[in-house]
Amino acid sequence: MSRYIATRAIRGANGLVAEADALLQEVIAEKGADTPVAFPNTAYYLPVTLGMLGHEVTNLSDLVPVVDHAKKLLHPLPDESLWTPYLGETLDAGMATLLAAEVIEGIRFALGEQPEPYPGLQLAGATQYSGLEDGHLNGPIDDIQLRSWGIQLVDGRMPGFAAIVGAARTNEAAVSIVRELQRRNILTFLCGNVNGRSIIDQLHEEGVEMGYDTYIVPFGRDTISAIYPMGFATRSALTFGGLKPGQWRDILLYNKFRVFAFVLALGEVDDLKYAAAAGAISYGFPTIADTVIPEILPTGVTRYEHVISMPWNEIDAETEEERAAKLVQRAIEVRGVKVKITEVPVPVPYGSAFEGEVVRRADMRIEFGGKYSRAFEYLRMVPMDQVEDGKIEVIGPGIDGVEVGGAMDMGILVEVAGRKMQEDFEPVLERQIHYFVNGASGVQHIGQRDIAWIRISKTAAEKGFNLKHFGEILYARLHADFGAIVDKVQVKIITDPELHAEWLEKARQAYERRNRRLADLTDEAVDTFYSCILCQSFAPTHVCVVSPQRLGLCGAYNWLDCKASYEINPTGPNQPIPKGQCLDPEKGYFTGVNEYAHVASQGTVETVSMYSIMENPMTACGCFECIVMVIPETNGVMVVSREDPSMTPAGMTFSTLAGMAGGGLQTPGIMGVGKFYLTSPRFISADGGFKRVVWMSSFLKQTMAEEFKAVCEREGDPDLMDKIADETVCTDVEGLLQFLEEKGHPALSMPPIF
Amino acid sequence: MAKKKMRTPEEASRDQAAAALLERAYRLEIETSFSRADEIVPCPIGAEGLCCKNCAMGPCRLVGKTDRGVCGATIATVVARNFCRAVAVGAASHSDHGRDLAYTLLGAAEGHAPDYKIRDPFKLLEVAGYLGVKTDGRPLEEVARDVALAALGEFGRVQGELLYVKRAPPKRQEIWRKLGISPRSIDREVVDLLHRTHIGNDQDAEHLLDQAMRCALSDGWGGSMLATDISDILFGTPAPVRSEANLGVLREDQVNIIIHGHEPTLSEMIVAAAQDPELIEYAKSKGAAGINLAGICCTANETLMREGIPLAGNFLQQELAILTGAVEAMVVDVQCIFQGLVPVADQFHTELITTSPKVKITGATHIQFDESRALEIAKEIVRRAIDRFPDRKETFIPEIRSPLVPGFSHEYIDYALGGLYRGSLRPLNDAIIAGRIRGVVANIGCNNARICHDELHRYVVTEFIKNDVLVVETGCGAIASAKQGYMTPETALELAGPGLREVCEAVGIPPVLHLGSCVDNSRILTVLAQMATEGGLGEDIADIPAVGMAPEWMSEKALSIATYCVASGAYVILGGSSGPVSGSETVLQMMSEGWEKKVGGRLEFVEEGEEIVRRALAHIDKKRADLGLAEYDPSKWGMSGDWRIPEILGLPLEERIEAVYGKAGK
Repeated sequence: MSRYIATRAIRGANGLVAEADALLQEVIAEKGADTPVAFPNTAYYLPVTLGMLGHEVTNLSDLVPVVDHAKKLLHPLPDESLWTPYLGETLDAGMATLLAAEVIEGIRFALGEQPEPYPGLQLAGATQYSGLEDGHLNGPIDDIQLRSWGIQLVDGRMPGFAAIVGAARTNEAAVSIVRELQRRNILTFLCGNVNGRSIIDQLHEEGVEMGYDTYIVPFGRDTISAIYPMGFATRSALTFGGLKPGQWRDILLYNKFRVFAFVLALGEVDDLKYAAAAGAISYGFPTIADTVIPEILPTGVTRYEHVISMPWNEIDAETEEERAAKLVQRAIEVRGVKVKITEVPVPVPYGSAFEGEVVRRADMRIEFGGKYSRAFEYLRMVPMDQVEDGKIEVIGPGIDGVEVGGAMDMGILVEVAGRKMQEDFEPVLERQIHYFVNGASGVQHIGQRDIAWIRISKTAAEKGFNLKHFGEILYARLHADFGAIVDKVQVKIITDPELHAEWLEKARQAYERRNRRLADLTDEAVDTFYSCILCQSFAPTHVCVVSPQRLGLCGAYNWLDCKASYEINPTGPNQPIPKGQCLDPEKGYFTGVNEYAHVASQGTVETVSMYSIMENPMTACGCFECIVMVIPETNGVMVVSREDPSMTPAGMTFSTLAGMAGGGLQTPGIMGVGKFYLTSPRFISADGGFKRVVWMSSFLKQTMAEEFKAVCEREGDPDLMDKIADETVCTDVEGLLQFLEEKGHPALSMPPIF
Repeated sequence: MAKKKMRTPEEASRDQAAAALLERAYRLEIETSFSRADEIVPCPIGAEGLCCKNCAMGPCRLVGKTDRGVCGATIATVVARNFCRAVAVGAASHSDHGRDLAYTLLGAAEGHAPDYKIRDPFKLLEVAGYLGVKTDGRPLEEVARDVALAALGEFGRVQGELLYVKRAPPKRQEIWRKLGISPRSIDREVVDLLHRTHIGNDQDAEHLLDQAMRCALSDGWGGSMLATDISDILFGTPAPVRSEANLGVLREDQVNIIIHGHEPTLSEMIVAAAQDPELIEYAKSKGAAGINLAGICCTANETLMREGIPLAGNFLQQELAILTGAVEAMVVDVQCIFQGLVPVADQFHTELITTSPKVKITGATHIQFDESRALEIAKEIVRRAIDRFPDRKETFIPEIRSPLVPGFSHEYIDYALGGLYRGSLRPLNDAIIAGRIRGVVANIGCNNARICHDELHRYVVTEFIKNDVLVVETGCGAIASAKQGYMTPETALELAGPGLREVCEAVGIPPVLHLGSCVDNSRILTVLAQMATEGGLGEDIADIPAVGMAPEWMSEKALSIATYCVASGAYVILGGSSGPVSGSETVLQMMSEGWEKKVGGRLEFVEEGEEIVRRALAHIDKKRADLGLAEYDPSKWGMSGDWRIPEILGLPLEERIEAVYGKAGK
């Protein structure tokens, strides 16, 4: 601290706690103590309160002890001379501020005042609220979104988050700062204002797309909404770290060491901002200001410096863009965020944060694939001497000849060579094309193989983005990300009709070949499985065992991915597990798997069944796509998808269930899985397989209709999908049983699952 | 008596208040320890540890060509044996202090010392954990009783080793066990050591010194640590307060009572009695405006740390306080109390009151303290002091006092560095690793009438903080810094090096921290152990860039402290003289190189301040290098803090809005 910061932070804390106290008393008097209080779509109540105090807030009266606790954390202001120490006292005040802020937001939700309305703002991906169709800020991030970002947070693709509080010097500065963060795939959270003007206003005026999909989440226009990033951080520890509510010290240290976040204080810092920043410091999150404030350079509570001042005018740069770059760069250094940026020579901003951008038809310059044209992408391995590294060819006409909003046929042919390259890795690399191409701002990529569908926006085209840049992107990213197995890369962009037809046919033959290979790729056919302990940075005792017929629960890593990853980094998170002796082919017990799980889970898991939910099921971290859970009354299982916020027949929502399934614990009867595991012949095969599924989120039914149809045929019950209920049919056991009986679901007549 | 050359007051003391009162002593022709030191030539044989009077065949003076005593004991044996006896006495003093506190806790728990309460239940539970006392769901009194009994059990522990040994870093415990010096019981190690020094017993200097270490460890990690813990339980764990130091805290218009000695047990009751409205009224009835308490020596430190009771001065100021003519009563308990107080008090209206069952001084009033009537006795004492007020004659209170912020228990230090939620020593370790803080010096111990009062303390402290060394202090060394004004947070901004200043400003602390009384050196052990386990500074106390020193030491307790610090892995320098083992090069070697090989710490006796500082910094830099830490470079630090703020706040609002963005074109 500094005495100045201590004084202002403690003053800010005292003020906010008093405000929360008064507001709470007033609202209790007005609405009654049992008025419900809840943040939307979360199983973590008010998350900071839950994490720090282990206290579950469900109504207004539950907030009273929170305010009382916050009051105990307050201290008098440091004196002008002969002051007594203030650092510990200021950090306490910071925590009091966070608790008070969460109390206030809780009350606002109870009063229907959150999320903050913002007419005219349409978020690209957001938590949905009815009655706020005119536009609103995001409010707290829901559990679904947190979990879906989980894998990116753990594998380093999303290196951390920046909580921006205030408003930038100019609109241009605001855009530049946010673009710099996006370029590094850093989640950007927006809160607060300076004299009534918020960075949210600035970005909105400049037409910057905000929402989950662009990694820019506007929480609220006041500083109090800065509690939402802290709630996100707290939930990260609870969700992925396996920590329990009330383990405050561990939760804070988890954040210090694993969640790379920082506060960017833009514009004048007032008492409340100092107070909130003090709260962030307890999480190990430093503050970087673009104004003159006292610096706190000694380290310790945070990993590196605690508070940095980089007065905007004093940043040594010519343009606002350069200043923004330097500011963000410094922030990253201060937090020790590990950012790997691949410089991609394209005329538009580039980074994972742009992956979620949508190019609407009205904004579109041209599209490839979709309804009006055909596009495909094909990556193949060729001998070394047939690749000229870095060669990018556009074969056929460019986009200039196509009218604005039009479509054309296009194929992307990537040819790679490398001493460690294997044919099995072709699909692994090819699947990356989706992510690589999507990273360009103003370019949208959907699908894969011959159902790829790519759009280029007018803005991107105006900046000079053309076909050749697909090649530039793929060349740069394949070398950067897969350099260990790929030595040479060349790219052909094919628009010539004749060649297009020819290569489309070749590509289809290759897809077919790969499909057959995958069908042959069974657990019996290999002698090695792979581990995935990528999530151990977040969930220290969790181990995924990935076999050909059971992909990782996050859905991001299948057996081939793991194999390739092992080639890329032999000491990395994916290690080969020799199957060893098969102890039980039905339940899937292998000596090698057991030994590995024992060691890698630090002794918490002794035995793992690969194919059973009932006996020693595999553990989960927190980033599973679905939860499978036994519904004993039905003799079957339900499958809830991460995207489904509704109630389930188990009496709990996904978020609540996730607390039971995650954290590296073996809980018979409940399991987190990747959604494609549902289609595997090995899906809980020891317990009866897919026929056990009695209820499934409609989201899965719709998005994987084709796959499930094939599964049902394989299982010898082509109409099985119609016998499986979903949330539109029922969300209780009684309703479910009735439905199953009506439909004659096979689970009812199967042997008892217990 | 033939007068030797007398030192001027300024030569005798660095402290202005002390010097002013020495002037008065000379004028009034009143003897003090200062004048006696000038008159008495120290025994040159005893000074070097060469006199053996352990049996009636001696005393043997091993000087000149005499290199063995009558029994054949060698110089090394004699010197080591004398040292061992001193350590045993020092350890006995600290530990017996700890024992008495344990009895007070027992009395409080069992209800027969009703004036004592459990003031820090959290600490009680923590200590219960160390002592293996069950706490779950038990009433506090029951826990307290078992803690007291467990603590008392440590003094006569029958088997195994002291429970607190486990509070040392694991590597340190191993070193002790391997060497066979892990303390087994508190009393036993003292007795064992004394036994060895009997005529015709242990006559191998190295072997004797090993037991000296074990005995000292039973003090540092035993008696002293229990004394600190139990004092915190009974009287509260210290946290920063504001107070003042030096004789200027005495009040012309109030009844002045000085508490002097080492224990908090009685003095805490006197603090309570002095606030009793009835007694205040009584004081007023005698013409005083109120009752003013001030302390000397470690009793002072105990009540300063917890209650903010001001410091009248340190060890060498005890007679000088009475010389002000403004002290109605000086209440003493145990240790470091001059018999010379009696003749000084006789010259004034001051009543010297002894209270400990262990301490009577001829000519002083003895009011024996009894914990079952604690407050009643304290009130009686205060009343007697008030009765003396009308007898007060001419007074001379120097207008000299300095403010300070004491109260740094290790628990508070932990809190100060991260608050309730993130308290730890991480920021301290980080600061040392980075080099903002070059290292840590524990400057402790006494005053010594043979050298200029407070001068070495002043010198080393200013040098260390200037060189970015954080200084922690206890005892009379701490009082010296307090009086010099080094224990204010402002000192960090004015006198500390750039890195230390940054850390102090970040936390809001002075660069010189007051950790308490001399038994509270155990707090320093605790901090060092925590630093070693926090990570980044090795795995053991011996790895940490830290030095302990008592530049003005004089007591046997100081030797025990020095020895347990060395045995805990620290480099310790005792200053002001060539030391009590200087008669034997062999023993000097054993305590320096020899001990360093065995336990990682070494003990050296260095007379001069410059050399003390030079060796301490060299040691710190060597430990930094051994850890692979960055070389100390003060030019890298100093940008933190509030320095830009006044400029901005001075601007009119309009300009300020713009100015926060900094100076353009920079």
